[in-house]
Amino acid sequence: MTIRVLNPTSESTVVALEPAPRLQSLEGKTVGLISNGKEGTAGFFAHVDRLLRERYGVAEVILRTKSNYSAPAEDEIIDEARNWDLAITGLGD
Amino acid sequence: MSSALNSQYFDLDDTGDVQEFYHSRGWTDGFPIVPPTPQAVQACLNWVLMPPNEIIGIEPVRERAIDAEKLAINAVMAGCLPMHFPAVVSAWMAMLKDEFLLHGTTASTGGCAILVILNGSIRQEIGAHSDFNVLGSSDRATSVIGRAIRLALINILQVSPGAIDRSTLGHPGKISYCIAEDEENSNWPSLAESRDIPTDASAVTVLAAGAPRQIMNEWTTKPEEILDTYAAEMRANMRNYSIWSGNYVVVMPAQHREHMRVAGWGRNEIASYLFEKARIKRSEWSTVGKGSVIRDKGDTEYCALPSPDHLLLVAAGGPAGGFGAIIPPWLGMKSQAVTVAIGACVDCEPPPGQQN
Repeated sequence: MTIRVLNPTSESTVVALEPAPRLQSLEGKTVGLISNGKEGTAGFFAHVDRLLRERYGVAEVILRTKSNYSAPAEDEIIDEARNWDLAITGLGD
Repeated sequence: MSSALNSQYFDLDDTGDVQEFYHSRGWTDGFPIVPPTPQAVQACLNWVLMPPNEIIGIEPVRERAIDAEKLAINAVMAGCLPMHFPAVVSAWMAMLKDEFLLHGTTASTGGCAILVILNGSIRQEIGAHSDFNVLGSSDRATSVIGRAIRLALINILQVSPGAIDRSTLGHPGKISYCIAEDEENSNWPSLAESRDIPTDASAVTVLAAGAPRQIMNEWTTKPEEILDTYAAEMRANMRNYSIWSGNYVVVMPAQHREHMRVAGWGRNEIASYLFEKARIKRSEWSTVGKGSVIRDKGDTEYCALPSPDHLLLVAAGGPAGGFGAIIPPWLGMKSQAVTVAIGACVDCEPPPGQQN
């Protein structure tokens, strides 16, 4: 005599997105930083900005900040990101 | 019967095997679970007249659909009987509203839990108690409904510690956090009525909430002085945790309510008083070690409540004792309390074969 029980998890298969092509170099590229806007982000992303320009020769670094650090980035930021060569998102605190 | 259900199933030797099978896969909260058999799950679905694939809602950030069958499986595991399931379903409908920001609340390092507040006749139908030990293990119904919310988060949305759940500390309400209002022994409209739910409807209110902060004042009968103690605790939360305005719960016991009633104070008077009193200036952060982020906002005044209407005043607690509590919001208005009526589905039809 066995007991039949059911799987409580979603069981759904999440389709993985195709990753963007990897860049061979950051030299002369445009890099976007998407900050969550928390207290510690100002110093952290300023440091990342400096490293990208000085160490990797990045041409332009664009910083955008979410209005709600607990929610996804606004559509305007996502739309703008299409013009960047690389986007970096992070918590910063 | 199981043919109507869509979930993968397992045939195990006995209930002991079920416990180890589920624990080993990370499908529990660490406590034993009730085996979710097809019969028990189907009984829950029958009770709410929902087919297994009924979509309760979609978690908007990760775009994950929540269906009735998976909720029912987790509810059974939590110990729910079919009569408890409508409250679970309604709470999830509320949690999936955009303004609740379910993903943020469950992923945050802030470690909030989802508080469920029951109103209406369903409280008595399912044996939910509102008096002794109301914020603890007061009764079966609220314990299993609150646990069902958490197990479903863990299993359907991967809100496990270290996975989606990034809480630094969390709190005990993340095991189960459900209370019922003591409508029979209060002289004000219920919380649900104050949030525009019809008087004869049952309802659930959900709030992403921190742990209860208990207060005590048995040394006065004046409403102002009693409420000053609650307001002080709200201000303490604004200094020590989060300064932002949001939905604060005040759990007021019978002893305090009686003093309010004698003085002619109702829900509106209480909310208006706390709205005025629960305020701090940013400069007060210098007294609790947070002076570095005051900057030029020292004289800016912050109020715990965006408006008096944002207070969630709940009559609950044992018949004696001047012990009340405030339950703070997770993070200001980033997540807002949501109230929905239970069973208010205007276009539901019984699933095939369940016409009775």
